[in-house]
Amino acid sequence: MGTQVKDVVIKSDAPSALLLDKHADYIAAYGSKKDDYEYTLSEYLRMSGIYWGLTVMDLMGQLTRMNQQEISDFIKSCQHDCGGVSASIGHDPHVLYTLSAVQILSLYDNVNVLDVDKVVEYVRGLQQEDGSFAGDKWGEIDTRFSFCAVATLALLGRLDAINVDKAVEFVLSCMNFDGGFGCRPGSESHAGQIYCCTGFLSIAGQLHQVNADLLGWWLCERQLPSGGLNGRPEKLPDVCYSWWVLASLKIIGRIHWIDKSKLRSFILACQDEETGGFADRPGDMVDPFHTLFGVAGLSLLGEGQIKDVNPVLCMPEDVLERLGLHPDLLS
Amino acid sequence: MTSMSAITQTSDFTNKAALIPLATERPAYYRMSGIEETSNVSSEFQEERSEEEVEEEIGYEDPFRYVFYRDRKEWADLEPVPQDDGPNPVVKIAYSDKFTDVYDYFRALLKNDEKSDRALLLTAEAIELNAANYTVWHYRRVLLQALEKDLREEMRYITTIIEDQPKNYQVWHHRRMVVEWLNDPSEELEFIAEILSQDAKNYHAWQHRQWVIKEYKLWDSELEYVEQLLEEDVRNNSAWNQRHYIISHTTGYSDPAILNREVQYSLKQIKKAPHNESVWNYLKGILQDLGLSSHPGLLEQILELKETHCSPYLLGFLVDIYEDFLENTLEHHEEVLSKALELCELLAREKDTIRREYWSYVGRSLQTKYGSSDSSTTTSAPGIDPGSASGSVHQETPCSS
Repeated sequence: MGTQVKDVVIKSDAPSALLLDKHADYIAAYGSKKDDYEYTLSEYLRMSGIYWGLTVMDLMGQLTRMNQQEISDFIKSCQHDCGGVSASIGHDPHVLYTLSAVQILSLYDNVNVLDVDKVVEYVRGLQQEDGSFAGDKWGEIDTRFSFCAVATLALLGRLDAINVDKAVEFVLSCMNFDGGFGCRPGSESHAGQIYCCTGFLSIAGQLHQVNADLLGWWLCERQLPSGGLNGRPEKLPDVCYSWWVLASLKIIGRIHWIDKSKLRSFILACQDEETGGFADRPGDMVDPFHTLFGVAGLSLLGEGQIKDVNPVLCMPEDVLERLGLHPDLLS
Repeated sequence: MTSMSAITQTSDFTNKAALIPLATERPAYYRMSGIEETSNVSSEFQEERSEEEVEEEIGYEDPFRYVFYRDRKEWADLEPVPQDDGPNPVVKIAYSDKFTDVYDYFRALLKNDEKSDRALLLTAEAIELNAANYTVWHYRRVLLQALEKDLREEMRYITTIIEDQPKNYQVWHHRRMVVEWLNDPSEELEFIAEILSQDAKNYHAWQHRQWVIKEYKLWDSELEYVEQLLEEDVRNNSAWNQRHYIISHTTGYSDPAILNREVQYSLKQIKKAPHNESVWNYLKGILQDLGLSSHPGLLEQILELKETHCSPYLLGFLVDIYEDFLENTLEHHEEVLSKALELCELLAREKDTIRREYWSYVGRSLQTKYGSSDSSTTTSAPGIDPGSASGSVHQETPCSS
């Protein structure tokens, strides 16, 4: 009985070797190419773009190729009076870019470029009565922002600034009948949101509240015949889910439920042999976002040439080691 | 990311733009519906121009139409603010002229904190160029409030934008704010249905729909809508999630009649499309609190389906039923355990090999938890009469899907 499964087919000539040098060159040169309309368009997320680029370079042992001083100066110019950090100069602050800024500065062991107390104040101010977090003053609520809030504070050693119990209560209220999590209570389970929620629960020390077998099953169901992972049922695979799904599985202690060799083949097939970098799926255009998550996914799969990545914060383990941060993982 | 095609005009374009005589100048950026036009132009010309308003790109079909902000005399009072990439920009960035022009003037407005109609118009253009830029959306909301603009007009505007770019957080959040300000959800369900008809799984659209329904208590016809969507695509995971959402918030599942209705509905959908993750997750989801083995007749129905509509999901579900049975009954453990282990082995070895680690884990867990000290799992306990078992423990033929 034939079944139409939504999936991709990996061509026989797809890349099968890891091309780390090409990826490092791609990231190092990103933004300096002439026809970078895409770079212009992505200014509204520049801080996260820098975080993706630096993190993947660090994972590949190539962080020194990036300009630390310029980036630190840039970040300093992005902190607003309210304490929050914006994606770029002249943009409005948001918790997403506040986290990215703190992550970048943690890589450089230089968080005091920012007024840390004001960052903490800003994050604290985003917590709502029901424990949820808004992204900014306009009030969009999403479990992504719960994660950003606690991750930011954990990196600064200031988790006590918020009401953690209430925050946990809200995130748990987003747990669905299938064991997954969505962006708000009742929202469809989605791998990206699941990563944020399991990451959140890890930082909050509440992973025991997860139904690990049920969620682990839902997560390993993401794997398609091509080996790639999708984000929810009946969707195409995307290399960024190699991160969201895999990191979640690692956090809840069930990463071995994925067929690792098939996933590895899929991730490698998403590389572009000419330009370097990874695309969402084989043959598509590359970008720094998918490049980070392809490399980070490979790290979780045990790739020797890549540094160990922490599944909760998506940062090199040695950076967290230095900070003394060891978020919980289930076994 | 927007889907705007790359704009590649250079100085040649600028020269052409400057040639437009002022008397007949009709800036093509006045194209959003409902925006007031200052007009001293003949109606004949207006008709000609209104056809061009239908163009996808602003003025791009005819390079003579578009005029840069830096060349518009009504904007001459503003000093454009160029992009600032930081004190020591190492990277030289090439922008399209038009993008640069619009955003230079946007930054100028921000810097002066200008609250004016022309500022509002400019935000529309900046949004057109990059609808993901949350700062532009913020500023637009500030302007809408400061200028006390007609929010009905804003609803028309955001409707157009979402139709063009439905997969963007900012546009949906903006719409929600306008609906809240107006306190009027009357257009929402129809609008969202329209967007879902283009992509039935649009995550943003579903979030907005759930918010509208909960906030304004519009539960009544939603189950019907969900059924319609499932008719169109029984594999729509978003629709299954919505089904759970609606029922949880209205009747709940505690009434046995409702629970059974949902179980039978699910089994019917399984017959239509056996290889469907969503329906199996739903079925398990609604039964797991009470226990999969407690639902009367379910095991029999599943075993029947196994003959004609088998799938790895069905086999996995059977394992779940057996596991629940083992957890809640003391009888027939060895036979039920044996069945469950056999299925786990079949799934790992043949039917769902990509998840063999999971199935091995399940088998081991069952063995550990329910296995007797005698390591053999195939011995049937003496005295068992299969006909009296509440669960069926007769020999089944392996699934042959």
